[in-house]
Amino acid sequence: MGRYIVRRLLISIPLLLVISFLTFILINLSPHDPAELVLQAQEVPVITEELLVQTREELGLDQPFLVQYIEWAVACLRLDFGESYVTGKPVWSILGPAFFNTLKLTLVSVAVIVLLSIALGVICALREGRLVDKSVRGISFFLTSMPSYWLAALMIWYFSVKLDLLPTSGMDSLASYVLPVIVIAISYAGIYFRFVRSAMISNLNEDYVLYGRACGLPEKKITKHILKNSLQVSVSVFCMAIPIILGSTVVVENVFAWPGLGSLSVKSILSRDFPMIQAYVLVLAVAFVLFNTLSDIINAVINPKLRNDL
Amino acid sequence: MTMLRNIWKDKLAAISLSILAIVLTAGIFAPLFAPHDPNEVNMKLRYAASSWEYLLGNDHLGRCILSRLIYGIRPSVLWVLAALAGSVMLGTAVGFVAGFFRGKVDAALMRVCDVMLSFPGYVMTLAIVGIMGVGLENILAAFILTKWAWFARIIRTSVLQYAESEYVRFAKAAGAGSFHIIRRHIIPVTASDVAVVASSSFGSMILQISGFSFLGLGVQAPTAEWGMMLNEAREVMFSRPELMLAPGLTIIIVVSAINFLSDSLQAALDPKLRTSTSKAAEQTSAVSAKQLLGREVA
Amino acid sequence: MNILDVKNLKIWDGSTGRTIVPDSSFQLKQGTCLAIVGESGSGKSVTCRSIMRLNKGSICQSGDILFQGENLSLLSEQEMRRKRGKNLCMILQNGMRAFDPSCKLGVHLKETLDQHFSWSKQAFTDHMAKAMESVMLRSPVELMNKYPHQLSGGMLQRVMIALAIALEPDIIIADEPTTALDTISQFEVVEQFIRLREVMGCSMIFISHDLGVVRKIADDVLVMKDGEIVERGTTQAIFTEARHEYTRYLVSSKLALSQHFANVMGGIALADR
Repeated sequence: MGRYIVRRLLISIPLLLVISFLTFILINLSPHDPAELVLQAQEVPVITEELLVQTREELGLDQPFLVQYIEWAVACLRLDFGESYVTGKPVWSILGPAFFNTLKLTLVSVAVIVLLSIALGVICALREGRLVDKSVRGISFFLTSMPSYWLAALMIWYFSVKLDLLPTSGMDSLASYVLPVIVIAISYAGIYFRFVRSAMISNLNEDYVLYGRACGLPEKKITKHILKNSLQVSVSVFCMAIPIILGSTVVVENVFAWPGLGSLSVKSILSRDFPMIQAYVLVLAVAFVLFNTLSDIINAVINPKLRNDL
Repeated sequence: MTMLRNIWKDKLAAISLSILAIVLTAGIFAPLFAPHDPNEVNMKLRYAASSWEYLLGNDHLGRCILSRLIYGIRPSVLWVLAALAGSVMLGTAVGFVAGFFRGKVDAALMRVCDVMLSFPGYVMTLAIVGIMGVGLENILAAFILTKWAWFARIIRTSVLQYAESEYVRFAKAAGAGSFHIIRRHIIPVTASDVAVVASSSFGSMILQISGFSFLGLGVQAPTAEWGMMLNEAREVMFSRPELMLAPGLTIIIVVSAINFLSDSLQAALDPKLRTSTSKAAEQTSAVSAKQLLGREVA
Repeated sequence: MNILDVKNLKIWDGSTGRTIVPDSSFQLKQGTCLAIVGESGSGKSVTCRSIMRLNKGSICQSGDILFQGENLSLLSEQEMRRKRGKNLCMILQNGMRAFDPSCKLGVHLKETLDQHFSWSKQAFTDHMAKAMESVMLRSPVELMNKYPHQLSGGMLQRVMIALAIALEPDIIIADEPTTALDTISQFEVVEQFIRLREVMGCSMIFISHDLGVVRKIADDVLVMKDGEIVERGTTQAIFTEARHEYTRYLVSSKLALSQHFANVMGGIALADR
């Protein structure tokens, strides 16, 4: 088991290197000169050739490409992503808090999604084809087809404006979590609930269920076995939900003015704050890889069959 | 009873299909269908309620909402479809090459896919838009770049599965050339997998592109686009919430129709899978797990 | 004395209305083995599952199933559950899929035995270990701590037989227990079934399409085709004087096959010389 974990972790290292390299060259793919952007962002009135050369030197852009990359990568390990072109502050001092705000929102949402989809998935699978199953599936179908920002706007309009129950935006109290979490949960629970449901149903048709019944085991115990096996399949999927939602709260955060990564990334894109965009991409891609690794490891821990692979 | 249910099922699929057909035609021939110029500003008609001349009313600049919805089909649906086609073609080509030739080619291509897939789709799109600048074409380019790896992976899996099947082996043994085998034997059977996967990501792509436009990262004003229209409506959300209705419902209807078609496609292919061995079942569940990850919501 | 008496059993698919078994009646005598043979899809498995009342939701059944004079069709689900395992025990075709893959084997065995006996942990281990040793499974305690995928199909099949031994049922229903196995494991498993009958003296329904195995183990044979029983009789009679064309076809194709096999083997033997 320990060997599996070490090997799985080792595999993700080259991937992380490639990702960091790709993130680094992103900036060089840009049609714009970073030095010019910095000067523009600092609202320097007249941009002269001298100024540009000077800025390039400051940014280390005059050094060989590989040297630039290594210096950047080493700095990233210390969470030093450079300075924002726009504000001049260290990137992490802005990105860090935003990351944790988004992480909080994501974790709460994923918790709700997991509970909701397991509950609904189990109920629907056990009543497959009945009214409950059909109506839950039908409703979830329309909810997943709904643009989340539209749903968000609708919620704000109803709960915050008409009923004046919940805050419209910001992250001031626990109540601020309610609407964003509901919107994210509604958009995703439909997908994950279907996954749990189909895992349950395919397990229901397994031979071990028949054999368990033939041995006289009560339905409760059999359901427990089915649940255990279906959740095993679902755990890795739920685990991956964390980075996926972490990376796609952009729209919801903007609607609810949540001070997280989503709001920050859109602001940075519109103001061409390259170091910020770069750090954002890197942080989320690394989170994605780490969670992927984690989900594989969890999978191997709970599913003895997989341990022999790799 | 079962007959009834089947007809009803078919009926829903038929309705979805006709909705899509109407939307696509209306989008292609937008000038013929739209009653007005979508960008014609008429300040006298600001926030006008629906009338015979302006069926869905007018927006904050007095523009005809219906015409803007119809013109909005082009960026919201047609261009997304084009991007989808592009990424499916790219992914299919890579998947076929990897699955059919195996060995080093396969390993190399799959490593590239691994790297592509390790960037969450949303983040990748934002990164590309951030570097290349805002605009519809950059988002579409980002879609093609981020989605092809999914298709390549899934198609590789099904090609591997079919390439192992007896009749393909037989064709190989009988001396048929690789391209002949691919064209005659593998394309027809993998086409259904491609259709299911592609259709299931179509809906989420529409949601995403409207989401990016809603954030102001996609289509720029004054071009009519559904997400853009919602963005404009958001500014007057508290005073005139009804402006959110038409574009929002349009998106829901179109995306539901697409998702429904995708599901009935999958259901149509399901019985074949159900009767086959457990291995195939495992594989389908693996595919659906992957699809699930691919289906991000806007 | 009949331990099981099935009268006018009718089985149909409730969702499509298709009849699977139109009308079937048969008896199982105390202490004997009844083999049900027939091609796949002839309704053998469905018949057996309906004795246990274990068919999937959409499949319906009617008719009387008298077990030791008690009509199983009239029992409540709860009463029926008490009969399953304790009185009627089933052995499935595919051992690899018959156990929850995420649990150690011992977990399933203990759960089952706890359901029917109130044994202490020690008593459970003793009983189960004895049963497993009697079907030639060595180091049973170690096996009980393994996951199903760590054992071979033949071993899992024997674990099922061992569980049946520990449960001491009145009837064992074996649904194609040898089909999924290779020839050598098949031989071992059949040996265990024969021993099982000798040791326990219980009655058995043995479903198979392998006439060679049937000839070895069964006293009586039912031949099924398209849901109907086309022929019944003692094993001896079926193999020598089958009346129905289909049975003769089955027997002759079996004979032809073994003849062919013998020829091939003989050929090798000749070549070896």
